Amino acid sequence: MNEEKSIDRTRRNLVIATSAAGGAAALGAAVPFVMSMWPSERAKAAGAPVEVDISRMEPGELRVIEWRGKPVWIVRRTKEMLDSLKAVEQRLTDPSSKSSSQPDYAKNEFRARKPDVMVMEGVCTHLGCSPQLKTAAARAEMGADWAGGFYCPCHGSKFDYAGRVFRGAPAPLNLPVPQYTYLSDTTILIGDDKKGA
Amino acid sequence: MAGRLMALWNWFDSRMPTLASEWRKHAAEYYAPKNFNFWYYFGSLALLVLVIQIVSGIFLTMHYKPDANLAFGSVEYIMRDVAGGWIIRYIHSTGASAFFVVVYLHMFRGLIYGSYQRPRELVWIFGVLIYLTLMGEAFFGYLLPWGQMSYWGAQVIVNLFGTIPFIGPDLALWIRGDYVVGDATLNRFFALHVIAFPLVLLGLVVVHLLALHDVGSSNPDGVEIKKTKDPKTGHPLDGIPFHPYYTVKDLVGAIVFLAVFCTVMFFTPEVGGYFLEYNNFIPADPLKTPEHIAPVWYFTPYYTILRAVPPLFDSQFPGVLAMGIAVMILFFLPWLDRSPVRSIRYRGSVYKAWLTAFIIAFVVLGYLGTEPTTVWGQFAVREDSFFGKYILDTKDVATWVGRLGTIVYFAFFFAMPWYTARDKCLPVPARVTV
Repeated sequence: MNEEKSIDRTRRNLVIATSAAGGAAALGAAVPFVMSMWPSERAKAAGAPVEVDISRMEPGELRVIEWRGKPVWIVRRTKEMLDSLKAVEQRLTDPSSKSSSQPDYAKNEFRARKPDVMVMEGVCTHLGCSPQLKTAAARAEMGADWAGGFYCPCHGSKFDYAGRVFRGAPAPLNLPVPQYTYLSDTTILIGDDKKGA
Repeated sequence: MAGRLMALWNWFDSRMPTLASEWRKHAAEYYAPKNFNFWYYFGSLALLVLVIQIVSGIFLTMHYKPDANLAFGSVEYIMRDVAGGWIIRYIHSTGASAFFVVVYLHMFRGLIYGSYQRPRELVWIFGVLIYLTLMGEAFFGYLLPWGQMSYWGAQVIVNLFGTIPFIGPDLALWIRGDYVVGDATLNRFFALHVIAFPLVLLGLVVVHLLALHDVGSSNPDGVEIKKTKDPKTGHPLDGIPFHPYYTVKDLVGAIVFLAVFCTVMFFTPEVGGYFLEYNNFIPADPLKTPEHIAPVWYFTPYYTILRAVPPLFDSQFPGVLAMGIAVMILFFLPWLDRSPVRSIRYRGSVYKAWLTAFIIAFVVLGYLGTEPTTVWGQFAVREDSFFGKYILDTKDVATWVGRLGTIVYFAFFFAMPWYTARDKCLPVPARVTV
């Protein structure tokens, strides 16, 4: 009781207000430090779109392009590769790519603007490793029913020739398709779909 | 001469008496139970390894370059061209694994002797914080050599944060400082590894020891020595001053430890790919994932738990959550254990059975985390059978064993309030047994 009375409320409130203001200022001082950890202007500029000439690609060939430090695959798909997409549909997690990330123009059965050219981010949706191309010839290693596609060496996820993940793999989603566009019949721009066609 | 030294000491002591009084409080007059056994070496050994890591780390930073283009080469430069560089680097790399060996044994001691029980909950909590900080410190440090395993290990772990709902992708971007693990990531991990985390670690070690010295050390019998004091001196009858008794005992432990440490360091610093993974002798290549990615051995039990949980709702987050809980559950150990006794010596057979199952699960989880999930082959089940279609989402035997181990790991903790309260314990003696 006595102690309660001896407290000068005005002074006590002043102490509380000062502490609160000081705390807010300290919190504000953390802002530049937190901000400094976002990608710098240089890093953002380095993430600009990339132009690729596909005129000299052989059928069935895989090219790996670096965009934003990520491997982007371009595959000139053969007829056998495209046929295999239909055959494996029963064994896929998400055959019509409902949950995965792709631009609207790639939300079709081939997951591409043009069926014979596959453009895909080669980054496993499980934990970001880069899967490897395993053609139908790799049956001995991949199992008798393997029709060709991609295999992630980290945790064994398997994908078909449209980057769609097989059931039973740790990867939850189909591989993402980046934004891209055709600047001409043989030139692709990866990372932007506003320019050109 | 002796008189002069004494006068110098008196001059110092009269100006700063804290030094002498703290020495008495924490060493010369800190009474520790007289029945410490083998398991009680690992606290002081952890401190020794911390010193080894700080000293060797300082000298490594004199030659290392935290730059994505130069890092790998600078480590090779340390190994080949810097005088004594190879030994300093092997001290540091062996020290990293030794740190976890010692800390795991130290934690195991706490587990079997109930050292975390009331009133030592805070000592345990600060210890778990040290363990967490150490994991961060080891993770940051592992990126620095910029080898394939450094790079892809960091890639996997940063992406773990990316699976957190809503904020995940932005958080991962913020941690990396770029769209991919790159120079920005290496540079900041270097800063965290050599400045931020060591400072936190040192601070936590101080708090851990202060908290311990306030409540006093427990012992293999779990008897509270402060209960029986010498009426004349006021010191516990079963206690002996830490200095010189335990400083000398720990010195013996340190010598044996250093003999083992040096044997590893000089004869087999890679320890068959467990301390230094072979893939890390290949420079980081963002466009080429190694055939098999495994974390260093001290993270592998949690890694197996991560792999054991299947994705739910198109998200890998449940596995990440399970892994996080597996570590965080340690904080709650003092409240999960309802046993009236501390030490395993007086616990019943039920607890001993659970503990044995937990140890086996932890070791098996740890082993599986170093291997691909196909290491034990696949179940011979047809894919169109009932089992193949609805029960087995993967046929890999190791994944299923990993799941079993994960269940045992969590059951040990979550069922603990139940089985420890019911276990038949033995009577605890009033005084320690030697």
